[in-house]
Amino acid sequence: MSKYILAIETSCDETAASIIKDGTEIISNVVSSQIDSHKRFGGVVPEIASRHHVEQMTIVIEECLTQAGMEPADLAAVAVTEGPGLVGALLIGINAAKAFAFAHGLPLVPVHHIAGHIYANALVQPMEFPLLALVVSGGHTELVYMKEHGSFELIGETRDDAAGEAYDKVARVLNLPYPGGPHIDRLAYEAEEAVPFPRVWLEEDSYDFSFSGLKSAVINYKHNMDQRGEEIIPAHVAKGFQDSVVEVLTAKTVRAAREYGVKQVIAAGGVSANKGLRNALESAFIEEDIPFFVPPLKLCTDNAAMIGAAGFFMYEAGVRGDMKMNGKPGMELKTWIE
Amino acid sequence: MIWLGIDTANAPLSVAIVKDGRVLAETVQNIKITHSVGAMPAVEELFAKANITPSQIDAVAVSEGPGSYTGVRIGVTIAKTLAWTLKKPLVGVSSLQALAANAKLFNGVICPLFDARRQHVYAAAYRGELLNEVIHDHHDHIDGLLETLQALNENVLFIGTDVEVFWERIKERLGDKAIRASYTLDLPRATELIALAEDRELPSIEAVHHFVPQYRRIAEAEANWIKEQKKVAE
Repeated sequence: MSKYILAIETSCDETAASIIKDGTEIISNVVSSQIDSHKRFGGVVPEIASRHHVEQMTIVIEECLTQAGMEPADLAAVAVTEGPGLVGALLIGINAAKAFAFAHGLPLVPVHHIAGHIYANALVQPMEFPLLALVVSGGHTELVYMKEHGSFELIGETRDDAAGEAYDKVARVLNLPYPGGPHIDRLAYEAEEAVPFPRVWLEEDSYDFSFSGLKSAVINYKHNMDQRGEEIIPAHVAKGFQDSVVEVLTAKTVRAAREYGVKQVIAAGGVSANKGLRNALESAFIEEDIPFFVPPLKLCTDNAAMIGAAGFFMYEAGVRGDMKMNGKPGMELKTWIE
Repeated sequence: MIWLGIDTANAPLSVAIVKDGRVLAETVQNIKITHSVGAMPAVEELFAKANITPSQIDAVAVSEGPGSYTGVRIGVTIAKTLAWTLKKPLVGVSSLQALAANAKLFNGVICPLFDARRQHVYAAAYRGELLNEVIHDHHDHIDGLLETLQALNENVLFIGTDVEVFWERIKERLGDKAIRASYTLDLPRATELIALAEDRELPSIEAVHHFVPQYRRIAEAEANWIKEQKKVAE
């Protein structure tokens, strides 16, 4: 018999709920975005995000059940993002999930946000192991090796800024609207020339990343041009910056895929929606002859469907939360299988 | 008629179940445990003690604030989710009024207050057994509040665990007119919250979605943003 998981995600500025069948099929997927509300601040304000979540939460869950044409009695469990994220924001989803689970006597499944991003791929095609995941978002830049379901080995991560964070900061230097990532991607795509910026490789065998030096290089470039009274060409800066980020991300992902002999490579997280990055990874893995997948845009940005996908596999593995469950803002990605 | 009441607006936690005007069970505690960890286990335990199931309740009462932003939201999120998914009405009660209810037999003005940091408080004032409002729930500097209370020229009973923080200042300003409630009255009780909710007209079930906390203060980022806009306009 099929199992349906209700999933809830409120780790940042999206209030989201979804119903997932057997970890692989989206029955309904509702996301209420707060972007317009945070735009004027130039970034997500935690207190404002929490205020929105408490206003939207029940509306979003109801919409999700209505779209699915389902009742609580049809559900097998409630999955919810436990962390990492903004603690005040996480707590809304977690307490709603607990109250809902209590009201209907359903088990709770606590899900790691990044496990969710990785499992977004399970909604598109079956995951094949061993697998390598490149997770890139506003808060994360990580290479994760999975030898089977529920097993995560962090083989590389950023030592300073996340890729998405660097995108947002560079976008601010270029006076692009928030969120800046898509604007830089578009400008870079249209540009014919690129300002040369450094590539940060760190130690020869390292899978770690560093983007703060690159970000500073962009800021210095703008500063020097200003001092000389010269105008920068935003598209050329955008292309120079993006080329550097994409080249490093792609090269390290390829090297890790070879070394670990993986059967599948996936990209996940908000920045994996970036066209420049997608194209580079796609061509690189055609060359390598390793299947590469990236979820459709709406599954790259924060959503609850991915939490439902990961939640299903955790549910099957017997992972359970309880009424004491708390938000874990700095939660580490941990293997859930025995 | 079975009521569930929840108050997590400040550090103390209280949950209660009242059936037909009789208290079945109540939890009141003031221990260092975050509401996210403490509230739902307390609710679960209370239902088990009272031997009722979630679907048996007829209405939910919740402390709507003011208080700690996160605390208010945890109680409101739990109450909203339970009320919505069990299709029961939800009644919000001021966290200040619920606390004042502990001292409703006092002959004079009752002033519940919560520390809002930086010499500010969330406060209100009530009078009489029906808790008629003298000063509406608001956020103010402690001196501003004391000035307003002084002008009333009446005995004022201060109530709440945070009174201690301001007691010296209060005595300085109001002298003998200031009375401090016994510590046994300092914690809000969900049974009083329910009793206040019982006197209200029950809102429709559809209204649950639109229930919002009463923070009595705009978010700091928003306040700064408004200031910026004014500067730009000048």
